[in-house]
Amino acid sequence: MADPMRIRAQLMGDKVDVRVLMAHEMETGQRKDAAGKVVPAWFIQSVNATCNGKTVLSAQWGPSISKNPTLAFRFSGAKVGDKVVVTWVDNRGEKRADEVAITAAS
Amino acid sequence: MNRRDALKASGGTVVMALAASAGLIKPEFADAQEWNKNAFDGKSLNEVVKAMGGATATESKDVSFVNAPDIAENGAVVPIGATSKIPKTESISILVEKNPSALSATFSIPDGTEPTVSTRVKMGQTSNIYALVKADGKYFYAVKEVKVTLGGCGG
Repeated sequence: MADPMRIRAQLMGDKVDVRVLMAHEMETGQRKDAAGKVVPAWFIQSVNATCNGKTVLSAQWGPSISKNPTLAFRFSGAKVGDKVVVTWVDNRGEKRADEVAITAAS
Repeated sequence: MNRRDALKASGGTVVMALAASAGLIKPEFADAQEWNKNAFDGKSLNEVVKAMGGATATESKDVSFVNAPDIAENGAVVPIGATSKIPKTESISILVEKNPSALSATFSIPDGTEPTVSTRVKMGQTSNIYALVKADGKYFYAVKEVKVTLGGCGG
Protein backbone atom coordinates (compact mmCIF):
# COMPACT_ATOMS: atom_id res chain seq x y z
CA MET A 1 0.00 0.00 0.00
CA ALA A 2 1.29 3.33 -0.96
CA ASP A 3 1.90 6.09 1.54
CA PRO A 4 -1.08 8.21 2.56
CA MET A 5 -1.95 11.43 0.79
CA ARG A 6 -1.87 14.70 2.59
CA ILE A 7 -5.13 16.51 1.97
CA ARG A 8 -6.31 19.87 3.19
CA ALA A 9 -9.85 21.09 2.61
CA GLN A 10 -10.69 24.55 3.91
CA LEU A 11 -13.93 26.45 3.62
CA MET A 12 -13.19 29.94 2.28
CA GLY A 13 -16.35 31.99 1.88
CA ASP A 14 -18.73 29.66 0.07
CA LYS A 15 -16.01 27.65 -1.67
CA VAL A 16 -13.93 24.78 -0.42
CA ASP A 17 -10.24 25.03 -1.22
CA VAL A 18 -8.74 21.55 -1.61
CA ARG A 19 -5.04 20.84 -1.75
CA VAL A 20 -3.69 17.35 -2.16
CA LEU A 21 -0.15 16.04 -1.96
CA MET A 22 0.23 12.44 -3.08
CA ALA A 23 3.22 10.19 -2.50
CA HIS A 24 4.05 8.51 -5.79
CA GLU A 25 7.17 7.80 -7.81
CA MET A 26 5.62 8.89 -11.17
CA GLU A 27 8.20 7.05 -13.28
CA THR A 28 7.98 8.18 -16.92
CA GLY A 29 9.19 5.06 -18.69
CA GLN A 30 11.84 7.18 -20.46
CA ARG A 31 14.55 6.97 -17.84
CA LYS A 32 17.33 4.36 -17.81
CA ASP A 33 18.88 2.86 -14.71
CA ALA A 34 22.61 2.43 -14.04
CA ALA A 35 22.68 -0.79 -16.10
CA GLY A 36 21.15 0.97 -19.11
CA LYS A 37 17.78 -0.71 -18.81
CA VAL A 38 14.66 1.35 -19.23
CA VAL A 39 12.83 1.83 -15.95
CA PRO A 40 9.21 0.87 -16.68
CA ALA A 41 6.58 3.57 -16.48
CA TRP A 42 4.74 3.74 -13.18
CA PHE A 43 2.39 6.63 -12.69
CA ILE A 44 -1.02 7.64 -11.39
CA GLN A 45 -3.56 7.36 -14.18
CA SER A 46 -6.75 8.57 -12.63
CA VAL A 47 -7.68 10.71 -9.69
CA ASN A 48 -11.15 11.18 -8.32
CA ALA A 49 -12.36 13.51 -5.58
CA THR A 50 -15.80 13.27 -4.03
CA CYS A 51 -17.64 15.17 -1.34
CA ASN A 52 -20.78 13.68 0.23
CA GLY A 53 -20.78 11.07 -2.50
CA LYS A 54 -20.80 13.64 -5.32
CA THR A 55 -17.81 13.86 -7.66
CA VAL A 56 -16.17 17.26 -7.38
CA LEU A 57 -13.18 16.59 -9.63
CA SER A 58 -11.93 13.73 -11.73
CA ALA A 59 -8.70 13.67 -13.64
CA GLN A 60 -6.67 11.54 -16.01
CA TRP A 61 -2.94 11.90 -15.70
CA GLY A 62 -0.03 10.96 -17.89
CA PRO A 63 3.52 10.13 -16.82
CA SER A 64 4.63 13.74 -17.20
CA ILE A 65 3.08 14.79 -13.91
CA SER A 66 5.83 15.44 -11.38
CA LYS A 67 6.94 12.98 -8.74
CA ASN A 68 4.86 13.29 -5.56
CA PRO A 69 2.09 15.12 -7.39
CA THR A 70 0.17 18.05 -6.04
CA LEU A 71 -3.32 19.07 -6.97
CA ALA A 72 -5.33 22.13 -6.04
CA PHE A 73 -8.92 23.01 -6.90
CA ARG A 74 -12.04 24.63 -5.44
CA PHE A 75 -15.66 23.64 -5.33
CA SER A 76 -18.83 24.95 -3.74
CA GLY A 77 -21.81 23.35 -2.08
CA ALA A 78 -20.26 21.88 1.06
CA LYS A 79 -19.97 22.89 4.71
CA VAL A 80 -17.50 22.50 7.56
CA GLY A 81 -17.34 18.89 8.73
CA ASP A 82 -18.26 17.36 5.37
CA LYS A 83 -15.86 14.68 4.20
CA VAL A 84 -13.74 15.01 1.06
CA VAL A 85 -12.49 11.68 -0.28
CA VAL A 86 -9.66 11.54 -2.80
CA THR A 87 -8.74 8.31 -4.58
CA TRP A 88 -6.12 7.51 -7.17
CA VAL A 89 -5.33 4.48 -9.31
CA ASP A 90 -1.97 3.95 -10.97
CA ASN A 91 -1.06 2.00 -14.11
CA ARG A 92 -0.17 -1.07 -12.01
CA GLY A 93 -3.68 -1.08 -10.58
CA GLU A 94 -2.59 0.08 -7.14
CA LYS A 95 -5.11 2.27 -5.36
CA ARG A 96 -5.15 4.65 -2.51
CA ALA A 97 -8.07 6.47 -0.90
CA ASP A 98 -7.88 9.05 1.84
CA GLU A 99 -10.45 11.31 3.38
CA VAL A 100 -10.41 14.53 5.32
CA ALA A 101 -13.08 16.67 6.98
CA ILE A 102 -13.57 20.22 5.72
CA THR A 103 -12.28 22.78 8.20
CA ALA A 104 -13.01 26.47 8.55
CA ALA A 105 -10.35 28.85 7.24
CA SER A 106 -8.19 30.08 10.07
CA MET B 1 -15.92 -19.56 -28.21
CA ASN B 2 -16.90 -19.96 -31.86
CA ARG B 3 -16.51 -17.35 -34.55
CA ARG B 4 -20.04 -16.04 -34.20
CA ASP B 5 -19.68 -15.40 -30.48
CA ALA B 6 -16.32 -13.73 -30.99
CA LEU B 7 -17.83 -11.37 -33.55
CA LYS B 8 -20.69 -10.56 -31.23
CA ALA B 9 -18.34 -9.84 -28.37
CA SER B 10 -16.08 -7.57 -30.39
CA GLY B 11 -19.10 -5.88 -31.94
CA GLY B 12 -20.29 -5.08 -28.44
CA THR B 13 -17.09 -3.32 -27.48
CA VAL B 14 -17.07 -1.31 -30.69
CA VAL B 15 -20.62 -0.18 -30.02
CA MET B 16 -19.62 0.83 -26.50
CA ALA B 17 -16.66 2.81 -27.78
CA LEU B 18 -18.78 4.53 -30.42
CA ALA B 19 -21.45 5.34 -27.86
CA ALA B 20 -18.85 6.84 -25.55
CA SER B 21 -17.27 8.94 -28.29
CA ALA B 22 -20.65 10.12 -29.51
CA GLY B 23 -21.41 11.32 -26.01
CA LEU B 24 -24.26 8.91 -25.41
CA ILE B 25 -22.63 7.70 -22.23
CA LYS B 26 -22.26 10.42 -19.65
CA PRO B 27 -18.71 11.78 -19.84
CA GLU B 28 -18.33 11.74 -16.04
CA PHE B 29 -18.79 8.01 -16.15
CA ALA B 30 -16.48 7.41 -19.08
CA ASP B 31 -13.78 9.65 -17.60
CA ALA B 32 -13.76 7.82 -14.32
CA GLN B 33 -13.48 4.44 -16.00
CA GLU B 34 -11.35 4.79 -19.09
CA TRP B 35 -7.89 6.20 -19.41
CA ASN B 36 -7.81 7.86 -22.82
CA LYS B 37 -4.66 6.24 -24.19
CA ASN B 38 -5.00 7.82 -27.62
CA ALA B 39 -5.07 11.31 -26.14
CA PHE B 40 -2.00 10.56 -24.03
CA ASP B 41 -0.17 9.26 -27.12
CA GLY B 42 -0.81 12.49 -29.03
CA LYS B 43 2.28 14.47 -29.99
CA SER B 44 0.67 17.84 -30.64
CA LEU B 45 -2.27 19.97 -29.61
CA ASN B 46 -4.23 18.98 -32.72
CA GLU B 47 -3.62 15.27 -32.24
CA VAL B 48 -4.78 15.48 -28.64
CA VAL B 49 -7.91 17.44 -29.56
CA LYS B 50 -8.74 14.84 -32.22
CA ALA B 51 -8.16 11.96 -29.79
CA MET B 52 -10.59 13.63 -27.39
CA GLY B 53 -13.21 13.69 -30.09
CA GLY B 54 -12.95 17.34 -31.14
CA ALA B 55 -12.10 18.88 -34.50
CA THR B 56 -9.92 21.90 -33.82
CA ALA B 57 -9.16 24.20 -30.93
CA THR B 58 -9.28 27.98 -31.09
CA GLU B 59 -7.13 30.33 -29.06
CA SER B 60 -9.13 32.20 -26.43
CA LYS B 61 -8.36 35.05 -24.05
CA ASP B 62 -10.79 33.53 -21.55
CA VAL B 63 -8.35 30.71 -20.89
CA SER B 64 -5.32 31.64 -18.86
CA PHE B 65 -2.51 30.27 -16.76
CA VAL B 66 -2.14 30.82 -13.06
CA ASN B 67 1.24 30.69 -11.35
CA ALA B 68 3.00 29.19 -14.39
CA PRO B 69 6.61 30.43 -14.47
CA ASP B 70 8.37 32.07 -17.44
CA ILE B 71 11.57 30.28 -16.56
CA ALA B 72 11.65 26.96 -14.72
CA GLU B 73 14.96 26.17 -13.07
CA ASN B 74 14.08 22.54 -12.60
CA GLY B 75 12.13 20.85 -15.39
CA ALA B 76 11.18 17.96 -13.10
CA VAL B 77 8.85 20.17 -11.08
CA VAL B 78 7.11 22.95 -12.96
CA PRO B 79 4.01 24.36 -11.27
CA ILE B 80 1.22 24.89 -13.80
CA GLY B 81 -2.27 26.11 -13.11
CA ALA B 82 -4.98 26.83 -15.63
CA THR B 83 -8.27 28.63 -15.39
CA SER B 84 -11.19 29.18 -17.72
CA LYS B 85 -13.79 31.93 -17.81
CA ILE B 86 -15.78 30.23 -20.54
CA PRO B 87 -19.27 29.20 -19.44
CA LYS B 88 -20.01 25.46 -19.35
CA THR B 89 -16.37 24.49 -19.03
CA GLU B 90 -16.35 20.71 -18.96
CA SER B 91 -12.70 19.91 -18.77
CA ILE B 92 -9.26 21.49 -18.57
CA SER B 93 -6.17 19.76 -19.96
CA ILE B 94 -2.53 20.68 -19.66
CA LEU B 95 -0.15 19.94 -22.53
CA VAL B 96 3.59 20.32 -22.90
CA GLU B 97 4.38 20.46 -26.61
CA LYS B 98 7.91 19.07 -26.62
CA ASN B 99 7.45 16.26 -24.12
CA PRO B 100 7.48 12.70 -25.54
CA SER B 101 3.70 12.73 -25.06
CA ALA B 102 2.18 16.17 -25.20
CA LEU B 103 -0.74 15.63 -22.84
CA SER B 104 0.06 15.79 -19.13
CA ALA B 105 -3.32 15.83 -17.50
CA THR B 106 -7.02 16.19 -18.13
CA PHE B 107 -9.32 17.40 -15.38
CA SER B 108 -13.08 16.98 -15.66
CA ILE B 109 -14.94 19.83 -14.02
CA PRO B 110 -18.41 18.93 -12.76
CA ASP B 111 -21.03 21.55 -11.87
CA GLY B 112 -20.17 23.36 -8.67
CA THR B 113 -16.42 23.09 -9.15
CA GLU B 114 -14.45 26.15 -10.17
CA PRO B 115 -12.83 25.78 -13.60
CA THR B 116 -9.40 26.33 -12.10
CA VAL B 117 -6.89 23.57 -11.40
CA SER B 118 -3.24 23.52 -10.59
CA THR B 119 -0.63 20.81 -10.40
CA ARG B 120 3.04 20.26 -11.21
CA VAL B 121 4.41 18.77 -14.42
CA LYS B 122 7.73 17.58 -15.82
CA MET B 123 9.24 19.29 -18.84
CA GLY B 124 12.02 17.73 -20.90
CA GLN B 125 13.10 21.03 -22.41
CA THR B 126 12.02 24.59 -23.12
CA SER B 127 8.62 24.31 -24.72
CA ASN B 128 5.23 25.81 -25.29
CA ILE B 129 2.63 24.74 -22.79
CA TYR B 130 -1.06 24.70 -23.61
CA ALA B 131 -4.12 24.93 -21.43
CA LEU B 132 -6.87 23.24 -23.39
CA VAL B 133 -10.45 23.83 -22.32
CA LYS B 134 -13.50 21.95 -23.47
CA ALA B 135 -16.63 24.04 -23.04
CA ASP B 136 -20.05 23.22 -24.44
CA GLY B 137 -18.50 20.69 -26.81
CA LYS B 138 -15.94 23.12 -28.27
CA TYR B 139 -12.22 23.39 -27.61
CA PHE B 140 -10.29 26.51 -26.65
CA TYR B 141 -6.68 26.98 -25.64
CA ALA B 142 -4.09 29.34 -24.27
CA VAL B 143 -0.39 29.01 -24.96
CA LYS B 144 2.69 30.13 -23.08
CA GLU B 145 6.39 29.43 -23.45
CA VAL B 146 8.22 28.13 -20.41
CA LYS B 147 12.00 28.08 -20.53
CA VAL B 148 13.67 25.18 -18.79
CA THR B 149 17.25 25.45 -17.63
CA LEU B 150 17.49 21.82 -16.40
CA GLY B 151 15.50 19.04 -18.07
CA GLY B 152 13.17 16.77 -16.16
CA CYS B 153 12.85 13.81 -18.50
CA GLY B 154 15.53 11.22 -19.13
CA GLY B 155 18.60 11.33 -17.04
